[in-house]
Amino acid sequence: MTDDDRVFKALADPTRRHLLDRLFERDGRTLSELESELEMTRFGVMKHLRVLEDAGLVVTRRSGREKLHFLNPVPIRLIHDRWIDKYRERQVSALAELKTELEEELA
Amino acid sequence: MTTDTHTAVTTQVYRVYIKATPQAIWDAITKPEWNERYGYPGRSEFDLRPGGAFRAIAGPQAQAMGMPELLVEGEVVEADPPRRLVQTWHPLWDEEIAAESPTRVTWDIEEDDGGVTRLTVTHELENAPVTAAQVTSTARLHEGGGGWVMILSDLKTLLETGSSFDS
Repeated sequence: MTDDDRVFKALADPTRRHLLDRLFERDGRTLSELESELEMTRFGVMKHLRVLEDAGLVVTRRSGREKLHFLNPVPIRLIHDRWIDKYRERQVSALAELKTELEEELA
Repeated sequence: MTTDTHTAVTTQVYRVYIKATPQAIWDAITKPEWNERYGYPGRSEFDLRPGGAFRAIAGPQAQAMGMPELLVEGEVVEADPPRRLVQTWHPLWDEEIAAESPTRVTWDIEEDDGGVTRLTVTHELENAPVTAAQVTSTARLHEGGGGWVMILSDLKTLLETGSSFDS
C-alpha cells in the first residue's frame, strides 16, 4: 500500500473521520477521552486510532503516564496538493479558455 | 492530570515522511542555502550549539510587504546532528505576537524503512495563543497562512523533486 492508499483508506470510514474532527476541535487527547465520546468499545476505538496512526494522520506522544493523540494534518495537505489542486487548476484553466474563446467569437 | 491536559492543549505535533537521508533533512532545516528554498520567503540561521542564536530573516518580498527583517528569534537548546534539534522560537512579526512568551520547537529526524526518513516537529506553545493560532493556520500561502503544514509539505517537495511550490 502506498502512503496515499493508507490515507484514503483511513478517511473512508465515518468513525475515523469523527475521531479526526474531535482532535481538530481539541488536540492532544487520551484514549479514554476519545472513547467517552463514541458509542464504541475501547478496543474498537483503539483499532481505529491504529489505522489513523499507520496513515500518519494521528501522531502519539507520551506525557507522563499518558499517551496523547495529536492530529497530524500534513498527509491531508499532501493529498490536497496531489489530487485536488491539480484538478481544480485544470477546471479553472478550462473556464479561462472558454471565456477567451467566447470573447474572440464576439470580437 | 491538570499538567497533562495543559500540555495537550498547548502542544502541536506535525509529522512528514520524506524520501531523503537524515543528513539531507538536517541540512535542509539548518542551512540557510537550503531553508531559504521552501516555506515562507526568507532564510533561517542557526548557531548549532547550546545557547547559540537562531534567527529567521524575512526575504525582500516579505519585507516589502511590511514584515520586519528579523521575523523570528530564538536560541538553540540542543543540537544532535542529524537526529534532533531543540530550539526556542519567538516570532516578532507583529506587536501582539512579539509580546507572547517564547515557544519551543523540537525537530526529530528518524530513519524509517526503504530510504524514507520520518521528520516530527513538536511545537510547545505555552502562554502563546496567538502564535499557536498562526502556526496552525490552514489558509493558503498567498493569503499569509500555511503554518507548519505548508512548511513541511514544501520541504518534502523540495527534497524529493528538487523544486518547491514557488519555483
